Amino acid sequence: MLVNQFLILAAVLFCIGVYGVIARRNAVMVLMSIELILNSVNINFLAFALRNGSVDGHVFALYIIAVAAAEVGVGLALVLLVYRNRKSIALDELSEMKG
Amino acid sequence: MVAQNIAFGIIAVIMVVGALRVVTVNNVVHAALWLVLVLAGAAAQYILLTAEFVAVTQVLVYIGAVMVLFLFGTMLTRAQLGKEKLLNNPTWYLGIPASLLLLGVMILALISSFGDEKLPTDSELVSTQAISDQIFGPYLLPFWALSFVLLVAVIGAIVLARKD
Repeated sequence: MLVNQFLILAAVLFCIGVYGVIARRNAVMVLMSIELILNSVNINFLAFALRNGSVDGHVFALYIIAVAAAEVGVGLALVLLVYRNRKSIALDELSEMKG
Repeated sequence: MVAQNIAFGIIAVIMVVGALRVVTVNNVVHAALWLVLVLAGAAAQYILLTAEFVAVTQVLVYIGAVMVLFLFGTMLTRAQLGKEKLLNNPTWYLGIPASLLLLGVMILALISSFGDEKLPTDSELVSTQAISDQIFGPYLLPFWALSFVLLVAVIGAIVLARKD
């Protein structure tokens, strides 16, 4: 197994996630794209942990999983709050702060 | 080694197709189910990378908990569960050149830095004991910080979502 096959897979997933964040209008779909990005980063960490024979990458991957879980919890609570106030979670309609 | 490469190829194709469906499908519930496929594929890749504890954690946390959160979020924020026309921004096509450019730069950088360097083939599965020795040894302070982050996130989510 090459190092690059994992790193390039992670790069492809990362770019698909970036496309989703840019293209999607529904806030829940944007959060899903962010999950794709975080998972690609985890693949990178574990590939480098195997390459360097070190356990540190595993620890960081676990921390990323925990932070991602916290992020989804708070993010969905925010989406729920916006939906309750606006009856919509389309991100381009949230323009109150436009000057 | 050949078996591992074949497994990698199959899982990688499944993951990329699933990820593309997540960002293109016109139904939020279907997108969440495609995301399950990608997350399960990522867990399988972690096994190939000798990270069994992280793989199990991935299945427990992502497929078990995060997907339930997503489905609840979908359920609570949408009237109908069918197809939806306006899931994309009016300027969604701007994401294609942006992500392709990013992909090109990253692949060029990866190929020029790592070339055809191979991963070590004789490594054992990383034991849970080794990971816990790291977490509760040198990484104890970040672990405490992370516990605090989770506590604050739980309290924050309750405060935000509470009906007053």
